[in-house]
Amino acid sequence: MSDIALDKPLDSFDQQVAPATLVRGYWQSVFYRLRHDPVTLFFAAIVMLIVLAAIFAPLVAPFDPYKESVISRLKPFGWKDYLLGSDELGRDMLSRLIYGGRVSLLMGIVPVLIASLVGGLLGVVGGFVGGRVNTVIMRAMDVFYAFPSVLLAVAVAGAMGGGMGNGMLALTLVFIPPMCRVAETATTQVRALDYIEAARATGAGTILVIRYHVLGNVLGPVFIYASSLVSVSILLASGLSFLGLGVRPPTADWGLMLSTLRQSIYVVPFVCALPGAAIFVTSISFNLVSDGLRAAMDVRM
Amino acid sequence: MALAAASNPRLDPPDRAGPAQPLLIARDLKKHFPVKGARGKAVQAVDGVSFTVRKGETLGIVGESGCGKSTLARLLLHLVSPDAGELVFDGDAVGVAGGIALNALRRQVQIVFQDSYSSLNPRMPVRDSVAFGPFIQGRKKAEARDIARAILGKVGLDANLFGPRYPHELSGGQKQRVNIARALATDPRMVILDEPVSALDKSVEAQVLNLLRALKRQLNLTYVFISHDLNVVRYISDRVLVMYLGRVVELGPVDAIFEQPLHPYTRALLASHPSMDPARRIEEPPISGDPPNPIDPPSGCRFRTRCPCAEPVCESTVPVLGEWLDMQSHVAACHMQDPKSGHSKAGEA
Amino acid sequence: MIFYILRRILYAIPIAFGVSVVCFSLVYIAPGDPLQTVMPPDATAETIEIVKHAYGFDKPIPIQYLIWLGHVLTGNFGMSISTRRPVILEVTDALANTSLLALFAVPLSFSIGYAMGAIAGCFPGRWLDRLVTGTAVVGVSLPNYWLGIVLVVFFAVQLALLPATGMGPSGSTNFHILEWSCAKYLVLPVFTLAMIPIGILARTTRAAVAEVRSQDFVQTLRAKGLSEWAVIRHVLKNSLPQVMAVMGLQFGYLLGGSILVETVFTWPGSGFLLSKAIINRDVPVLQGTILTLSLIFVATNLVVDLLQSLVDPRIRRA
Repeated sequence: MSDIALDKPLDSFDQQVAPATLVRGYWQSVFYRLRHDPVTLFFAAIVMLIVLAAIFAPLVAPFDPYKESVISRLKPFGWKDYLLGSDELGRDMLSRLIYGGRVSLLMGIVPVLIASLVGGLLGVVGGFVGGRVNTVIMRAMDVFYAFPSVLLAVAVAGAMGGGMGNGMLALTLVFIPPMCRVAETATTQVRALDYIEAARATGAGTILVIRYHVLGNVLGPVFIYASSLVSVSILLASGLSFLGLGVRPPTADWGLMLSTLRQSIYVVPFVCALPGAAIFVTSISFNLVSDGLRAAMDVRM
Repeated sequence: MALAAASNPRLDPPDRAGPAQPLLIARDLKKHFPVKGARGKAVQAVDGVSFTVRKGETLGIVGESGCGKSTLARLLLHLVSPDAGELVFDGDAVGVAGGIALNALRRQVQIVFQDSYSSLNPRMPVRDSVAFGPFIQGRKKAEARDIARAILGKVGLDANLFGPRYPHELSGGQKQRVNIARALATDPRMVILDEPVSALDKSVEAQVLNLLRALKRQLNLTYVFISHDLNVVRYISDRVLVMYLGRVVELGPVDAIFEQPLHPYTRALLASHPSMDPARRIEEPPISGDPPNPIDPPSGCRFRTRCPCAEPVCESTVPVLGEWLDMQSHVAACHMQDPKSGHSKAGEA
Repeated sequence: MIFYILRRILYAIPIAFGVSVVCFSLVYIAPGDPLQTVMPPDATAETIEIVKHAYGFDKPIPIQYLIWLGHVLTGNFGMSISTRRPVILEVTDALANTSLLALFAVPLSFSIGYAMGAIAGCFPGRWLDRLVTGTAVVGVSLPNYWLGIVLVVFFAVQLALLPATGMGPSGSTNFHILEWSCAKYLVLPVFTLAMIPIGILARTTRAAVAEVRSQDFVQTLRAKGLSEWAVIRHVLKNSLPQVMAVMGLQFGYLLGGSILVETVFTWPGSGFLLSKAIINRDVPVLQGTILTLSLIFVATNLVVDLLQSLVDPRIRRA
């Protein structure tokens, strides 16, 4: 083996092995995969539809969701102009379903966002600092893990006396521990890799290392997990409303509507099942979109 | 602070103490990792290691896996803080008042790791990974990118072609080139290479080794080259340090170590190396068994449990690394090298 | 092994304490004076004074916790505000009825879920895979209280085959599982409760089995000349620990999910008790029920961990 003469350019070794692949960034390849996944695209469209309908409810809804009518109580599908029938106070079901999406989506998304922020932060700090700090954080989380999630949500919301704010608080509390665990696991894995040491070797402090080298790699798992929690959160939130721990009547909310209409299943059984169907469709759509995102973002490198 | 120092090179002269001052002196470095669940027990990863690195040389460090080579590499950069011992970088003690600050040390010493996969951030284009060092040390983003482009070219990667790629789009050799570029981007004086070619194919290994040699000459670098591969160490090193269970067993110029090894462990290592000559094929392994547990290492000489020449004195007394006079000294920590030790074969070798 | 069991039990104790602290604090996160939440609204000033002293509401909170813990450990969970009965009696009565549901729902869902997952994992074919994945997604997205209502609409309202709610005319005291007149009240709640864990369990089992099947030792078994059935037995045995962990979690889900399902079917179990307690703002009952159910969940996880260590020796060493 002879030494390479220095007057020759050093870059003469490797050019021949430069592969001719299209260079694509991470997000580009994620979107590329998503574009070729019809199931995810379909359910993403449904999610968009539900979200848009909820946002623009006053424009979309055919009737006032709070306008009661004694003569048109509990009517079946297609009675007069009531496309999806009417409820026990004669309010238009379709309009109430559209308006109900607002509360259900809000209670599905807000707790997950807050929990991702709080739990994610705790997890990243615990995972990166390690040692006693991490032990304390994770043991505290273990205590909340000891409750089945529905029980914890019902306990907290029940003790605080229900209401939308309390319900969201209860759900946030339920989601912080698993979120924290996901972030902690991802951080601990990343922390053990050599590139973190290499970054520290350039003199970067903890905050810079976390910002440039840890967050990017933890955000993915946290985001994927958070997206899967949205559907759980929607289910739990409507469960709380069903038990009377969510919004108060007459606010339109799917869980609450299901609960009040339950008395009338002998009269208009299919109308009474509608709010549950709305919960189911929303929840399964979020679930499948989350699955698709997980598959698309899992670009193993 | 980092910004001021980087923009004013006179605050940071390249050669402070003159060519005779060793670039790095390590004195009695110790690192014990406490064992979970066993109170008072510790893995003695590095246990009293001393050596010097001359300006412009390549010091090879060899030893079996688990002998503390990688811990030593991390100690040299204070990535792991030592339990005891001191480091002197170009005449300045590291990490003590009046000495050189840790950040300043890290500007002048860089490290390349073995696993070219886990040593690059998978979510960053390699260009940004290379630019991160200069950026952290106070360069503007655009400046850091320019440095990254230049240095990528220097390690044989076209910055336009490879810069925007992610690590998973590169081969092992290319990734290791990026790692070398990343280490060089902060313009260090010394690079610690922790098994830089062990994960590579033989053909790529030769390319990377030659690249390292060329870069060293071009950029006036000093290397500490850690490897378990004797061939590689012989090829690249000026001097060699042999480690066994966290201690130095032998230290000397490369030819002396390979032609006239003093320590039985070094001899065994060289003998266990398969020969190209069928007539010299080894039937019996010259060294048997695994190294003892570093949690509970043997008393006295740590090699005595596997040494063919072990005697009672080896159990009772810790052998010292012989008298070290100058950079050409060849010394070994063995009682047989010390006529006064009481070993029956003392002074024979 | 004994060392592992002891260590695992020791680890469960602080968790149980943590759970008790959370349950204790429920009284304090309730709006208003904590005393009001444990007293009937029409209590006389005299009784309030007595209770205040007995429960130590005039003392600092850590002391109150210790007093409360002492009461709980001796089985004194306080009095129900709405029925004036001891909470412990309410909880044990309800728990007996919930166990009746679980007794059928757990084996039903676990066996169907496991069988589906194991078959899909052992014979990866397109339609079975899709069926399992599909069932799983539907399972996790389905609000079980809605499923209950839909089942009632079909089987009780439309077909009039099964009763919609309750435990039958004789109530819980004279409930005989062997008589159809009583047992028919079990069918819909059990089925509703069992429905959701099936999907999750099928998905986990399928993943676990597929993962084990891809390991090298399975190739070795085949190379040794074992029949495919014998190979499958090895694979299933090796995938068991992972499946058991999920079963433990799903048991907890059944406990939690029973709140909604029992409410739909007015089945007088612990979940129905909870939902009544919520409506009546009966905090002592709420607290007692949550504490009991959570401790059962902690104990279940402990048992699952120990069983897992029996199946998988690696866990003992970790």
